[in-house]
This record gives sequence, structure tokens and C-alpha cells, in this order.
Amino acid sequence: MIQFLLNQELRSEQNLDPNLTVLNYLREQVSKTGTKEGCASGDCGACTVVVAELDGDALRYRTLNACLTFVSALHGKQLITVEDLKQDDKLHSTQQAMADCHGSQCGFCTPGFVMSMFAMQKNTDGYDKETASEALAGNLCRCTGYRPIYEAAEQACNTKEVDFFDATEVSTVDRLKQIPAGGASLSDGEKVSLVPTTTAELAQMYLEHPDAKLLAGGTDLALEVTQFHRPIGKLIYVGNVKDMQEVTSTEDEIILGSAASLSDCYTALSAEYPDFGELLHRFASLQIRNQGTLGGNIGNASPIGDTPPLLIALNADIQLRQGDKTRRLPIEEYFLDYKKTVQQSSEFIEKVFVPKAKLNQFKAYKLSKRLDDDISAVCAAINITVENKVVTDARIAFGGMAGIPKRADNAEKALIGQAYTEENIELACTALATDFTPLTDFRATKEYRTLSAQNLLRKYFVETESAQSTYTQTRVTAHV
Amino acid sequence: MSSQFIQTKTQAELEAIFKKDLKTGVGRSIKHDSADKQVSGEALYIDDKLEFPNQLHVYARMSDRAHAKILSIDTSPCYEFDGVAIAITAKDVPGNLDIGPVVSGDPLLADDLVEYYGQAVLAVAANDHETARKAAMAAIIEYEDLEPVLCVEEALEKKHFVLDSHQHVLGDSKTALANATNRIQGKLHIGGQEHFYLETQIASVMPTEDGGMMVFSSTQNPTEVQKLVASVLGVDMHKVVIDMRRMGGGFGGKETQAALPACMSAVIARLTNRPTKMRVPRMEDMMMTGKRHPFFVKYDVAFDNDGMIEGIEVDLAGNCGYSPDLSGSIVDRAMFHIDNAYFLKNATINGHRCKTNTASNTAYRGFGGPQGMVPIEEIMDSIARNLNKDPLDVRRTNYYGKDDRNETAYHQTVEHNILPEITEEILASSDYYERREEIKAFNAESRILKKGLAMTPVKFGISFTATFLNQAGALIHVYTDGSIRINHGGTEMGQGLNTKVRQIVSEVFQVEAERIEITATNTDKVPNTSPTAASSGTDLNGKAAQNAALTIKQRLVEFAAKHFNVEESQVEFNNSHVRAGENYMAFEEIIQLAYFNQVSLSSTGFYKTPKIYYDRDSASGRPFYYYAYGLACCEVLVDTYTGEYKFLRTDLLQDVGESLNPAIDIGQVEGAFVQGMGWLTTEELVWNDKGRLMTSGPASYKVPAIADMPIDFRTNLVESRKNPEDTVYHSKAVGEPPFMLGIAAWCAIKDAIASVADYKYQPEVDAPATPERVLMGIQKLREKAKGL
Repeated sequence: MIQFLLNQELRSEQNLDPNLTVLNYLREQVSKTGTKEGCASGDCGACTVVVAELDGDALRYRTLNACLTFVSALHGKQLITVEDLKQDDKLHSTQQAMADCHGSQCGFCTPGFVMSMFAMQKNTDGYDKETASEALAGNLCRCTGYRPIYEAAEQACNTKEVDFFDATEVSTVDRLKQIPAGGASLSDGEKVSLVPTTTAELAQMYLEHPDAKLLAGGTDLALEVTQFHRPIGKLIYVGNVKDMQEVTSTEDEIILGSAASLSDCYTALSAEYPDFGELLHRFASLQIRNQGTLGGNIGNASPIGDTPPLLIALNADIQLRQGDKTRRLPIEEYFLDYKKTVQQSSEFIEKVFVPKAKLNQFKAYKLSKRLDDDISAVCAAINITVENKVVTDARIAFGGMAGIPKRADNAEKALIGQAYTEENIELACTALATDFTPLTDFRATKEYRTLSAQNLLRKYFVETESAQSTYTQTRVTAHV
Repeated sequence: MSSQFIQTKTQAELEAIFKKDLKTGVGRSIKHDSADKQVSGEALYIDDKLEFPNQLHVYARMSDRAHAKILSIDTSPCYEFDGVAIAITAKDVPGNLDIGPVVSGDPLLADDLVEYYGQAVLAVAANDHETARKAAMAAIIEYEDLEPVLCVEEALEKKHFVLDSHQHVLGDSKTALANATNRIQGKLHIGGQEHFYLETQIASVMPTEDGGMMVFSSTQNPTEVQKLVASVLGVDMHKVVIDMRRMGGGFGGKETQAALPACMSAVIARLTNRPTKMRVPRMEDMMMTGKRHPFFVKYDVAFDNDGMIEGIEVDLAGNCGYSPDLSGSIVDRAMFHIDNAYFLKNATINGHRCKTNTASNTAYRGFGGPQGMVPIEEIMDSIARNLNKDPLDVRRTNYYGKDDRNETAYHQTVEHNILPEITEEILASSDYYERREEIKAFNAESRILKKGLAMTPVKFGISFTATFLNQAGALIHVYTDGSIRINHGGTEMGQGLNTKVRQIVSEVFQVEAERIEITATNTDKVPNTSPTAASSGTDLNGKAAQNAALTIKQRLVEFAAKHFNVEESQVEFNNSHVRAGENYMAFEEIIQLAYFNQVSLSSTGFYKTPKIYYDRDSASGRPFYYYAYGLACCEVLVDTYTGEYKFLRTDLLQDVGESLNPAIDIGQVEGAFVQGMGWLTTEELVWNDKGRLMTSGPASYKVPAIADMPIDFRTNLVESRKNPEDTVYHSKAVGEPPFMLGIAAWCAIKDAIASVADYKYQPEVDAPATPERVLMGIQKLREKAKGL
């Protein structure tokens, strides 16, 4: 059985298909149709709902794409939908803002925007445009051109008041605490979903069920069900494994639990490597980053996952675990071939270790058709150490250039031991062309991928050689 | 029977209220009539309605071939799934199989032949959607592949057309080109565009007695859905009722394409006698339905040393997909707008309707107009680069004149041209020339990033070019408590039509808008409606509603004059009150009086656009009642190393005549601009060599997101310029014209690219200008500048 609060109502569900999404649960099982399906692939935000989770004695509000979230992920949480905001026939301040500012035209995307704005209002004090841009990047509107939505976000932040959810927070916390963490599961008789709460329990379960799929954020796995119509028979949901969500650091490295959401990884990584932060800002949408995990992005072994090239360039390690056995290895050794890794049966990624910055200069670049919420055509991570004007170390990794995230060996060789000059960067660019034979697909041609990859190395040189003052003049993304 | 109205106010009090202004009439920024319901999730779209007991869900299986003969279809495996009610193919359609809107060519289900990858071949109805899908995929279809035509250039070459080509001629372009002072020839590909309405295509139907059908359809064109449902069922139109409360976006994509789910559901409901719903999932919607036409354009232009056009020849080849749909009118509208705001002097414009094995392309905001304007703006830029002039100066040189140089290539005289004046306005507010100098200075200093600036005008013709469509009806009931219910032939897709119509009726009766209820568009209330398209929704339906209201009001005036024994001129309506001579009364009081005195309180209203006519055989006439004008100025920052870009500032100025609702009009202008910008920048449709659409969802097809909005975004409506024509309260249409303001975004990117070769050459960049095309354009230009 899983248990959660549907706003104020305690729901106990036992016999649901574990592949049921929160969106279909809302629309089909409990007849709440305010939450809309726009794409069923987590790309439009029309289905955005808010989940409140325990954070000590308080609640933490996060947006999710209901279309990509399986119901198991609700266990122990409060689910809030657009219908819940209006109280006593009075619109919530976020709803009032959207109506006042003419933020809805056809209205189909509107409930999603309202929920993103609701979470933003809960998580901020006062308005700034950058925060609004981040909070709303995963919600598409085809009618307004967004200007009135920015205005509504501003009004919503500036008219924040104690609302129903604040007023009931204490009782909600209380009620959520009463839901037992352990022993939760869901089954419709054929398909099953298990919900472990500790890493050890997860490891044991995975040994016993080597045929199960690990469900972390599910932002990619759910597409198997919603887009490719391949139901999953056995799921182990790792989102409630608290000890695998921890983010800590030592003097030398940042240690990220593989089930930490990308949102949770952001603070630690961006503090050490601002460019990692910038990339995470452009990684999918806030809804996805709230769900998606670092371990999932690595374990997915996609050639266009955005964090692996960065982690490879940073010489990060991962720790794999199988039962009680663990092994630590450099992340680049994890990837073997397209969607193939060294991971054994019942083995999973437990932790990621990212070395802290020393003399090296790390920069990351993501190229895509649209700046926000898009999949990279090319993702570059360049990490070069220059001592006394000579390159002493170079780690250059790319996504989108090969079947796996991969280092540019020839380009690195062309630089190491050489003077850090524009001429030598040009030689490295020539070498880079021999490192990869990229594909042409709907995201980009092989010609663009090769040329832009070379240009990113050139840009890295400009950014690291030129005076700091001109830095903002190298990236269009610096303008908001 | 209602009780007698009892007035509790004194005459003096009533007079005081009467003399105040009404707060909800025309010209006020009242919010969308559904706004409060939309933000709270209470607004119902078709998929949100309570389902009928016993309801079926439909899934249509799509062809996975671009062009093939269907050798056999075996639907027996479909029935092995629990809950499947029926599986149908073309053979099962009881009436007419074809659902082509104007001419035939669109079978509801492929009959012996599939002509695009994504075409519906069979449909399965089951108790739930997933079962219907699984069962449909289990059917066995045998094909024999045929050679597809996927490329518009190939279709043009082979004269592989869905309809005949057409020509507009002004003067003598041949001689002008032969004697050209300067001459440029070029070609350009312009991409299509997915509508990406947030609510995908959907219909839900309920069979009624006598073989009828009640249809809830998310459609811009209820009457056509009615006609086609009747046709596929083989019944008369009077058996079929269409109800349409609101769409979750349309943009032209639900003008003809909405018919398929409605007709499919109706056929299945007829065969099973069960209520039936067909909701098309996003990927299927994107693969199955038509889009904005991609165009291939060839041009040859002569111009003098000032950049003034001496003559021009253009071939506009629209990629229509596999069937005509609305392509006849769409390519016509591209031809009508190849001039945009410019006098072409000697012009030969050829329009071709190329047939390819892709989904049948259809109406999309602008309806071909944008694809006509992009090439002429490209030509303006090319002339400017050629003569080393500012592109804006070349544009202004070519503007239509006021008293001369004002004949279009279809021989309509351009009247009331306000572009020269409003250009001065936006020049001042945008500091165009100052910023031009600043940008040149920035570009000289900046190594990686370059800025671009462009200002482009829009002149867009308003009216359906199929003249008969310029008609509308409305139905108004005033009830005895003074509340009002309106129905009209237009459809609400978010554009605020219902809000504006409500304001119009509010203005006529001088009653507050809250008193007026607008109901779902319904074919048994207002018949024979034209589609809500061509920006005409308010122009036509607003006028029809105004006429209906005026009819009732006139009856009330006549009655009050007689009743109170005053002249008709002594009867006035203001602020929910009425004055008859010295007698003041509330609106509901006069309504009751009228009712008791047996005055009819219900009326239809009708409107047809005056002055317009068009003779297609001679390609001449006055197809447009008037033109709507606008200008956009865009500044962009381009990364010359990667091709990425960001819009720094955009100034828009749009002529909407006397605005009925400035907030709604600004919403249309801003939304249209961003959609137009998306079309020409990040929205790229890609098909593979099998004709399969690879960008079939929002993960791969990128419509603008919030941060794509220009950082500094300023929108103004042209003030104090009533429409000189007698439109509803002298307003102008606003739905489509500002879409083409987005062309400034595309020109600004090219301006930034041109800077890398000192503005000497026009960059060769097709639309959309994706980062890849931008980078490759920069690369090509650098090579050209080096003389490689």
C-alpha cells in the first residue's frame, strides 16, 4: 500500500497499476481534470502539480510533471493540484495574478503555470526575473508570448500572503509523519512497485529482483510507458531512499548521493564550478530537475545526457554497489558503448565523487536549438590546467559527438605539454576533428557538431585568456 | 412567468446613475471572460467533460509508409483485446468517405492508397484509450511501397501539383528586368510550422434519435464539421448538431483538421450506437495533421540606385502535402502578400501548389501571408547589402505611396496607408538610427558576439479572399429579468472573441458585461457559420451581434417612445438605465415593460462585409476590405562561434483601429509576434528520408519558451486612428497581422550575421534560422568575404 495526501484527503492505494501516472490518476481515477495533458512527455508543463514533502518539521514545495510521475512517487507526500488553490470561492493570489495580468488566453497551459507560480511563491521572498524564468521555463504557452505571465509572476510574488497551505502546514506535517515510511508497495496483481527506504534495503531488493527496473526520478523511464507503450512489470522506486539523496563534501571532493535530485545537486556543484551550475540551469526544466537524479542521468548512459561529459572532464568517480559489495571507478570507465555500461546485474550507482577545483579552469557549454529546456546537440566540458603558461593537464569531454559521452583524446594530447597559445588551440581544433565522427540527426548535422565543437574550444581559450571584464561578452546566455 | 419588477429608487437617483459611464463597454481592458475559470482549473475542455456511460475511446492507426498501396488489412487481431467494440477501415464508413473541406482528396481513412507517413488507415474503439491503441497496433496491414515525392523542389520540377498554378500580373516585369539598373536573383526555403495548440485535436459524440449526432468538437469551423459529419454518416445536416465552448488553442490548426476526430467518432458511434470520444495524443497529432506550408521561393528583381524596385518576378511554391485542403486560398494569400508594404511597379507573381507525400498542410495564422512576406523582406535586405544602404531606408523607399505608386499586383488600390506616419512613431520610440550606430561600434569591438538590428513593416489584407465567407450571424435573447444571452457563429480559441462580442453588446444596450452570458457556439442556434479564421472573428461576428442587439434596441426605443409618449430621439440607454423623456428607469424595468406589452426580445443579426469583390480569372478586384498595419524593431545578440542567439529588445507598434479591448489586443500582438519569431528561429520541422516526421513532440520541436521572449519587450497600439472603414466601432482585425512582425527577428539575426563581412553581402540563411543555420551562414559569409 502507498499513502499520500490528496490535498487534505488521505489516500491509501494498494491495487493500482504501478505504471499509472499521477496525471492519469488525477484525471481518470479521482475525476480532477484541472490538470491537463499537453504532451505526456514532460516537455510542456500543462500537467504541472506541486508536491509538498517533509523537510524536518516544515514542508518543501516542488513542482513535478504529473505525466511523468508514477503514483508510487507520492508515498508519504502531499499532492496539490490547481483545484486545491481556490479557497472559499476566492482565487489564490497566484491565480488572481494570472487573471489580473491577462496571463491566460486559451487557458489550457494555465493550470500548469499557476502551479509553477504557486511553488515559486512558496520558495521565494520577493520577485526577480531570473528566478521566474527558471521556475517557468518548463511551461509552454502558445498564446501570450509570455510577457503577461512574467507580470503575473511578479504580482504573485509581491502579493504573497498566508494562505490555506500555510495555515494547515502544521497539521499536514503531522499527518505526513504518521504515514509509515517503510513497507510501501503497489501492485495490480501482475505489475509491482517496491518502495525501499534505505540503501541497504534497496541493495537487497535489487539482488532479489534483478529483473526490476530502478525508478529514480523516472523522467526518462516514464517515457517508456507514456510514449513507447512498453509497460514495466517490476519497479523499485528509489526516491524514498533518503541516505542516497545526501550531498556532502570533504576537503577534496563533493560527494553526491545518486538519488539526489538535480535541483539538490545544483547548490553544491554551482558553488564549486559556476559553469556546472549554468548548465544545470539549462538542463531540462525545473519540474524535471526536481524529479530527475544525477544517478539517473549517468545510469541512463545516453550520448546526450548533459552531466556525464562534465563529470568526465572533472575526473569524477562513481561508486557502484551490488548487495554489500561496492566498487569505485572513474566515471569515464563506466560507459562502454551506446547505452552500454560496466554495470552488472543487480548493481547500481550509489554515489558520485567530484574533485574540488584546484589550478584547473573548468568551463561547460551546451548547444541546443532553444536555450532552455532542450536536448543538447553538442555538450562540451573543458577542464585545462595551465602552469607557467604551459598546459599541464587537459580533460576535454563531449556529449552528442559519439555513441557515448567521450573525451577528445587527440585534442588533449595536442595541448598537454604545450604553451597555452591561440596557435596551439588551433592545432588542438584540428586534432579534435579526428576525435569524433558525429551523426546527423534532427538536432544537428555532423558538420555543425564538428565545427561548433571546435569553436567551443576556441571560445574556452578566449574566456580563459582574456581579461575577466570581457567574459560576459562571450555568451548570449549571460543576458537575462 | 416572472414577477413584476419593483423599482425602489427615486427618479432623481435613477437619473444620477443614468448619467454615469458604463464600465464594461468597448475600448476597455476587461479580462478574458473565462480567465477566472481557467486559472482555477474549472474551465472545461472537451476531454474534461464528464464521460457518458458506456463511452468508447478511439485510436487511429497511422501509416508507416509515405506512399504505398494497401494490399490488405486484417483487423481480426484487434478483437482479441478485451473491451474492443469495433475496428473500422475505409470500407465501413456509411456515407461519403472524403472529408476534404473545399475539394475532395482527404479520405477519413486511407482507401487502398496511403499518401503520407502518419495517415490514418484504420481506427479501433474500445472501453479505454490504451486498449484501443494496443488493438489498433495489432491489426495487420500489407503494403506495396510506391515511390514518394518528399521534396518541394522535386515536386515543382515535375509539376507535381495538387491544384493548378495561378498568376498575378502588374505592368511588364519582363521589360523591367531586361532594362534593370541593378538585378538580383535568388532562392529561399521557408520552413513550415506546427501549430502546437496545447489542447490536441479532440471530439466527443453522442448518437441521438432519428440517426442524428450531437458532436462536441474542438473546432474553429463548426458548420464544416457539421457538414462533414452529416456527409460521412450519409444524413442531412439538420440531423447533426455541433457544440463548441472553447478550444485550447487553434491558430488555424482546427479550421479543417478538427473534422477527422469528429467524423471518426461519429462513424463509430453510428456503427456501435455508443457515445464515442477521440482524443489524439500529441505525437499522433503532430504526425497526422497538417501544418503551415513550407515554401520554396525563386525571385528575380530589378532596382534602381536608390533601391527602388523597378520590376520583379517571383515563383512561390507552397508545399501542400498530399491533398488540396485549403492550399488554393493559402497560396493565393502568399501571392497577395508578396508585396507586403511595397509598390512592385512591374510584377509577375506565380503561385504553385506542390504535392508531396507529407501530411496535408493547412491554415495557420497568416494563411500563406507570412510565406509571401518573408521573401520580399529578404529581397529588401539583399538590395540594401547590394547598395550598401541601411535596409530600413530601402524599405521606406519602396513603401506604397498615398496618391500614386499605390496599386497592388491584384489591382486593389492601397487606401488609408498609415505606414509612413507610424514608421516615424516607432523610429522615435525605438531610437533606431542611434542604436544602429551603437551596434556598429559594439560589433567592431566584440570578437565573439555580434548584434543585429532590423525594423520591418507589415501590411496585411483583411477579409476572406473567398468573398462569400465574409458573412456572420448572431442570436441574442433578452430575458425578462434583463439578463442577456448571446450566441454567434465565431469560436473562442483564447483570442478573446467572446469577451469582445460581450463588450459590443454591452455597449449597444449600455448594460454591464456581467449581465451578458456568452454560450457555446452551436450550429442549431446560429447556422451556416464561416470558420473563425482570417482574423475576421470580431469583424464579422461582432457586427452580427451588434446588428442583433440594435434590432432589439430599436424595438425598445419604438416601444418606449410610444409608451411614454416621447420622440424616439428622447429615448436613451446609458449605464444600465434608460431615459424616455424625463422618465428614468433601470434596464430590467424597460425590459419587463416591453415584455408585458408584447415586444419581441429576441433577434438574430446578420452581417456581410461590404465593398469587396474579386475575380480570380482576371486576378483583379478588391479582395480586402481594408489593411492592418504594423511595425517591429528587433535587436538580437548572436554568438558567431556557435550560432546561438538571444533577443535583447523588441519594439512593436500595431494598428488595431479603435481598439475594442487594448489588453486583449496587446495579448494578440505579443503572442503573435513570439509565435512568428518562433517560426523563423527555433521551430524546425525535420522529416527523415522515409517521410517520417522526426520532430513529433515538444522534446524535439522547439516552440518559444519563456526565456525566449525578448529581454526588453515593448508593445504599443497605434493610437487615435480609427479604421476609416465602417467596421465594428471602427476597430481592426488583430489575430494574424502581428504574426508577421516576427519577420523582424529573422532579419535582425541576418543583420548580425552580415556584420561579419562588413554588411557587404546578404547572408544565405534559410528559415528557420536555427543556431546551426546561423553558424553555417556565418561560415559561408566569412569564406565569401575572403573570396574563397
